[in-house]
Amino acid sequence: MDFISYLINGVSLGSIYAIIALGYTMVYGIAKMLNFAHGDVIMIGGYICFTAMSASGNPWLGIILAVIVCTVLGVAIEKVAYKPLRQATSLAVLITAIGMSYFLQNLALIIFGSSPKAFKSVVPFEPLVLADGALTIKAESIVTVICCVVIMIVLVNFMKKSKTGAAMLAVSEDKGAAQLMGINVNRTIAITFAIGSALAAIAGVLLCSYSPTLTPYTGSMPGIKAFTAAVFGGIGSIPGAFIGGMLLGIIEGFAKAYISSELADAIVFGVLVIVLIVKPTGILGRPIHEKV
Amino acid sequence: MKKLLSSKLSKNYMITFGIVIVGFIVIQLLIPTGLLSSTFQGLLVNLCYYVILAVSLNLTVGILGELSLGHAGFMCIGAFTSAFFTNAMADSIESDFVRFLIGLVIGTVAAGVFGILIGIPVLRLSGDYLAIVTLAFGQIIVNIFTVLYVGVDSHGIHIALTSEGLGLEEGGKLILKGAQGITGTPRVATFVIGIILVLLTLFIVLNFINSRAGRAVMAIRDNKIAAESVGINVSKYKILAFSISAALAGMAGVLYAHNISSLTATTAKFGYTQSIMILVFVVLGGIGSIRGSMIAAIILTLLPEYLRFLQDYRMLIYAIVLIVMMIATWNPTCKAFLAKHSPKNWFKKKKEVK
Repeated sequence: MDFISYLINGVSLGSIYAIIALGYTMVYGIAKMLNFAHGDVIMIGGYICFTAMSASGNPWLGIILAVIVCTVLGVAIEKVAYKPLRQATSLAVLITAIGMSYFLQNLALIIFGSSPKAFKSVVPFEPLVLADGALTIKAESIVTVICCVVIMIVLVNFMKKSKTGAAMLAVSEDKGAAQLMGINVNRTIAITFAIGSALAAIAGVLLCSYSPTLTPYTGSMPGIKAFTAAVFGGIGSIPGAFIGGMLLGIIEGFAKAYISSELADAIVFGVLVIVLIVKPTGILGRPIHEKV
Repeated sequence: MKKLLSSKLSKNYMITFGIVIVGFIVIQLLIPTGLLSSTFQGLLVNLCYYVILAVSLNLTVGILGELSLGHAGFMCIGAFTSAFFTNAMADSIESDFVRFLIGLVIGTVAAGVFGILIGIPVLRLSGDYLAIVTLAFGQIIVNIFTVLYVGVDSHGIHIALTSEGLGLEEGGKLILKGAQGITGTPRVATFVIGIILVLLTLFIVLNFINSRAGRAVMAIRDNKIAAESVGINVSKYKILAFSISAALAGMAGVLYAHNISSLTATTAKFGYTQSIMILVFVVLGGIGSIRGSMIAAIILTLLPEYLRFLQDYRMLIYAIVLIVMMIATWNPTCKAFLAKHSPKNWFKKKKEVK
């Protein structure tokens, strides 16, 4: 029974990583940049939801407001900081993203203060008790997993069936050719950032319901881990981000339960190193062909 | 032609060394006059190790052309091994300074060895995958140093995950105390030592770049397949450059460890945040430019300290400066605007009028 409860814990943590990783991987696939500020958009989403909930008491209002604010924020960040650097080297864009991450963290520090906020879970249900109390599943876990699966299915279908999704695929394949075919590249990239940031807001609300302390640095470690999850699954691939996030969450859950909670991070990163050395482009990544 | 090239290069080197030496002399002359604030004097050693870190990372990022996000991990290895040595040998070797010197060698070599060990698997990857694996290694190193307990007694060194698990005999000494780190390291790092190490680093890096090996490394950076086809051993030179860079980061770590009294392995000091900080120095200073990373490291270390009067807004301003600098130097429109209105042009125009 312990095993199952650890597994469920790992899966629900993995679902959060997967939702964050989806945002990372979409932005990477289309804009070819590592958006280090993604983790901090999560934190902003958490704070917006927290503020709206403590003001009105309505969790739905908090979630909707968080999604709207983060979407606008994501598009604004892209417009102000990343768009002027479309032609620059990837390192310059990386440093700008890091600057953006510092900016968001310190902005939150000034607006909301450094003292941790106790986040009230947005899930109003009682925990599910199975097998005469031997197995308790938190309602948050169930909601998180359902959210993740729904988001994943919607995204895959969106990419496959909608016109915008096709445009995104085209831009990720070849920016220049896509532009020649009449696709508005800038608009497509902006939409990608909007979707990624909206996912970050949802992830932020779920993350804060899962571990209810909120500080300006809440988003940075899960952000880095979700990024590793995206690389783990093969960056740029949507199912890859899902699988990578899930595996990372389950490994972390088991490492904490069975080996050592202090060494969990080292184990997670160790597994990542081994996977990448054996399969250098991640689990579902496309192999890179070297041309002479 | 060759002579001309080398004289041009050596002139360039002399300028870099000259900046360091002149800076050192000016500061030494200013200290007795009391013109320098105590904050600035407290930062002198920090400046030295940040310069070493930036210059050594530039070897990986600029010369080897691979993005490393785990540079602070090597600094962590250097800091902990040397601090362990200086504490463990406190009774055997009287002089703090001699222990520091041996610790310096040990820390540098340890970081270099780990550079080779990590470099062998990591350098098979490329691009963002290489970046994320170096980040992972950096985090693993920090994480391991926060959980280890290491003590020493007459039987040798004991390593365990708890303080009880060590089984130290009486008279044994517990040195690395898990998350509490190492305390009581002698604070022997001075500005003079720091400057000597900076000069040593510059000497090693500049000579490496201008050596046969350095040219091989740059050839690999510019075109790996072409380099391979003219018979350059790609993995050998990649690992060589990576491990030199790691060893120098370890040296900076030794300086760091002997500048503070309690050494703890936190993500802020040795994890990806610190690695990224060093990367910012390198990129802002100009990738591949040794002098540039030196100057950027100095300015960006002093900037947050001198922005202290802004209190909470300090890091916010710092972040904005970072973003604006990147856009100003990389955006085509901004670049053209700056080139048109740069002070250099004013003089040119005046000359034309004449």
